Amino acid sequence: MLVLIAYALGSEARRAVNPADKLLPAPTQIVETAQRLLTQSDKRSGDILFWKDTGASLRRLALGVGIAATLGLGFGLLIGLLPLVRAGLAPFVSVLSMIPPLAVLPILFIVLGLGEVSKVALIAIGITPFLIRDLSQRVAELPAEQIVKAQTLGATSLAIGLRVALPQIMPRLLQAVRLSLGSAWLFLIAAEAIAAENGLGYRIFLVRRYLAMDVILTYVIWITLLAFVIDWLLKRLTQRLYPWAGEGGL
Amino acid sequence: MSYVEVSNVFQSYGTRPILERVSVTVEKGEFISIVGASGCGKSTFLRLLLAQERPTRGEIRIDGAPPAREPDRDRGVVFQRYSVFPHMTVRDNLVAAEALGANAAGYLFGQASRDARARADLALERIGLAHVAAQYPAALSGGMQQRLAIAQALAAKPKILLLDEPFGALDPGTRLKMHDFLRDMRAETGMTVFMVTHDLSEGFKLGDRVLVFDKIRWDPQNPEAYGATITYDFDARVALPPPAMLEEKTHVH
Ligand SMILES: Nc1ncnc2c1ncn2[C@@H]1O[C@H](COP(=O)(O)OP(=O)(O)OP(=O)(O)O)[C@@H](O)[C@H]1O
Ligand SMILES: [Mg+2]
Repeated sequence: MLVLIAYALGSEARRAVNPADKLLPAPTQIVETAQRLLTQSDKRSGDILFWKDTGASLRRLALGVGIAATLGLGFGLLIGLLPLVRAGLAPFVSVLSMIPPLAVLPILFIVLGLGEVSKVALIAIGITPFLIRDLSQRVAELPAEQIVKAQTLGATSLAIGLRVALPQIMPRLLQAVRLSLGSAWLFLIAAEAIAAENGLGYRIFLVRRYLAMDVILTYVIWITLLAFVIDWLLKRLTQRLYPWAGEGGL
Repeated sequence: MSYVEVSNVFQSYGTRPILERVSVTVEKGEFISIVGASGCGKSTFLRLLLAQERPTRGEIRIDGAPPAREPDRDRGVVFQRYSVFPHMTVRDNLVAAEALGANAAGYLFGQASRDARARADLALERIGLAHVAAQYPAALSGGMQQRLAIAQALAAKPKILLLDEPFGALDPGTRLKMHDFLRDMRAETGMTVFMVTHDLSEGFKLGDRVLVFDKIRWDPQNPEAYGATITYDFDARVALPPPAMLEEKTHVH
């Protein structure tokens, strides 16, 4: 709220000096721009770019995070449950997680091309190591008593993984995904800014050239809103699916 | 040949001996209480029976089978804590006793699953947990959780049941109720039971025999030089020895 008031005052002050000022457009102007962006279709393609950008970005985000979550879950279980795999893989994952993902971006563009794959790959590469480490840690923290108990009920390693460990780290997976969504957005926007034909990040960096602050701000507010809603949905999903996890799982 | 045969078992961690020359035979259906000073190796002995660890020397056979290398369905276990699965409902915890070992993936489907649920509901009825069948263990009292844990272990129809201070975290009133519960369950199943306890009277009340673990050799310079063994094997079905003598002999207070 304070931020909004401060913004309104700042914008007022600047436009009093120079009515054509573009840096801090009036809130009313942002609302107008937003209305235009949300409803007006592009002359050439006939699509509403705003929604197209949103769709493209969300798809990349979902794919990247989905792949990372799957890898994180699979390797997290293997590393957490099987000491042999842990001895072999854990150091490797630690080193992987040290590589700054953005530094790998050029390599991805060269190897995978400028298309969708490299953007999804950047997101996946960016957050997978964190997910693997977090989840394998959680699996390893399961009380030994539970594993032994499952063994005395005749469970194979597979059954222990599927029925004892997997369901117990699912709430943690959702939480870890929530924690890594911030980075995922960062990687998404970075990849889109550099090479893309659509997407929220692409649009922001495109209109930056025209100093179209009203458009940029609309997109920024929209991205923030999306991030907030996704986080909230994941939280509700966790409570819904895993009532036994209680507050400890959130 | 006895049902459970422990022959000359030694267990050390690194160079530190914990148990030495432990030999005992147990008949089918006997209830064995295990007592001893804190840290003397009672849980270690139970882990050996469970095959969670293998002894440094000696071997343990159950029902004539070759020594086990890992915990299996022949051995049921209930620990003081973490003995039921927190992510499964009370009913599913009992179903899991059948499902986990049913196939490699640990899932039951279709009719087999419905049958297992029906059996679970019957068992819950018997142990007085039917009204919480759909709840998660966290919502249950400690006594109810342990009742569920014991029923779960027995539902897998093990050959021996291992209990490591199963009532150690419960208040005295609940403990007494759990004693009756355990007695009933045992009368019903004729189970062979090993129970570690810190409470001498509990050991004598429930057990047919009470095994006392203690060190017979003691080096004052190096208290960790020797391991413990079974120093007494009381018949708890006859009259109890006087408490003072018990405390002296068992070093349990
Ligand atoms: N995995 C292990 N590695 C090394 N030392 C161990 C291990 N497990 C147990 N010990 C040691 O062995 C000794 C016996 O432990 P154990 O848990 O069997 O004792 P206990 O009689 O069950 O004690 P309590 O009455 O406190 O439960 C302890 O001193 C313990 O520190
Ligand atoms: Mg112990």
